[in-house]
Amino acid sequence: MALVLASLVMLALLPAALGAQEGTGATAAAAAADPAWWFWPLVLFGMTFVMGILAAVGGVGGGVLFVPIVSGFCPFHLDFVRCTGLLVALCGALAAGPGFLRMNLASLRLAMPVAMIASACAIAGAMVGLALPTNVVQTLLGAAILGIVALMMRARKSAFPVVPRADRLSQILRIHGVYMEASLNQEVDWKIHRTATGLLLFIGIGFMAGMFGLGAGWANVPVLNLVFGAPLKVSVATSKFLLSITDTSAAWVYLNEGCVIPMMVVPSLVGIMLGSFIGVRILRVAKPSFVRWIVIVLLLFAGGKAITKGLGLPFIV
Amino acid sequence: MGEHRTPGVSDEQLLYARILAVGMYTGLLTLLVTFGVYLSGAVEPAVPIEELPRYWTMDVQTYLEAVNQEYLHRDHALTGWWWLGALDRGDFLTWVGIAFLSAVTPVCFAGVVPLMVRKRDWIYVAIAVTEVAILALAASGILIAGGH
Repeated sequence: MALVLASLVMLALLPAALGAQEGTGATAAAAAADPAWWFWPLVLFGMTFVMGILAAVGGVGGGVLFVPIVSGFCPFHLDFVRCTGLLVALCGALAAGPGFLRMNLASLRLAMPVAMIASACAIAGAMVGLALPTNVVQTLLGAAILGIVALMMRARKSAFPVVPRADRLSQILRIHGVYMEASLNQEVDWKIHRTATGLLLFIGIGFMAGMFGLGAGWANVPVLNLVFGAPLKVSVATSKFLLSITDTSAAWVYLNEGCVIPMMVVPSLVGIMLGSFIGVRILRVAKPSFVRWIVIVLLLFAGGKAITKGLGLPFIV
Repeated sequence: MGEHRTPGVSDEQLLYARILAVGMYTGLLTLLVTFGVYLSGAVEPAVPIEELPRYWTMDVQTYLEAVNQEYLHRDHALTGWWWLGALDRGDFLTWVGIAFLSAVTPVCFAGVVPLMVRKRDWIYVAIAVTEVAILALAASGILIAGGH
């Protein structure tokens, strides 16, 4: 718990300490006068390490923290931040995918139709995001983050949603499964309903994932769990696996546009992976609900910052 | 197969997981090794590391034009798979690992198609082939955004 609090203090102080460095264009010269080239990559490593801890304990993906916080409080341009955010989310999903699939917590049959829609829409979202002016994307990003906060605060979760009968579409697609529920020490059979509604929702989710580089776990899980009616563990695992597909399509658009600076990507990847590793260990002793509130406050802060930055208004730090 | 099998897991799901694991570890290793080469200076980068802070504040189009004008000296700032022609530079060498990680998913889908065909699971064959096509289109570089 002390480490979580220390992480929070670090993350809270960084923006205040670094606030004067933000900006684009006119600040390019100032950036050139920065103490050394390694300063910002090191800051990025520290920030993503903390994000990795908070993301693992708070039950959110790293991408949703990465893009608003790094674009709000670091000098990196939003184009590079979004691409790095997607790659961070993609690598986390690639790393988690094999284990989830082998344990049958992630369902390939559930993920494939969803991924087909989400990945196509993520490409469209990435193209629109790259075509729009930066301040517009930054403002929309802030609005989206505040919307995600509202969703996180309001959304219920259901460990085992009641699905009276599978709908026709899910029967045709044969989307159902079984997994071992350790807490009950028994196998749980599951099926889904409202398949068409859920698939339609993934049009918007995919588009936003591509446009903002956020990953999409914040939306995947509620839709899989509350709309489709998949058990919570299956929803979380399938959501993580889904990111490996959705983010791949959007990442290619950013890669082809040249939005990769390895000095941003690799420190972020290593930082968030090490942080997640520590976070999973902290999870055993920390109170996830407390950390979840920390994440919500951070997102509120970052969302507010993104909106004011996009609109060219002053912010509190 | 020789591995512990969780009840209810389909053959194609296990195959997908196996390809994904191999691709993910290979990609991460490639990324870390190439980044180490870049950091060590063993292969000279296109953009000197100490100059990076001048560039990462720019939008991507300004950045590409500036890098091309100052270091690459091509006819025009290139996008798409242009980095393949610059693999003799340490910074672009790192792109190999990133591209590899981004290519793992379509390979996984392509890998499970034969198994699905054998099972005559035609709907999922169609979905898998469509997904490969979508990802190939995204990777092709044909889809270029309009710019800011």
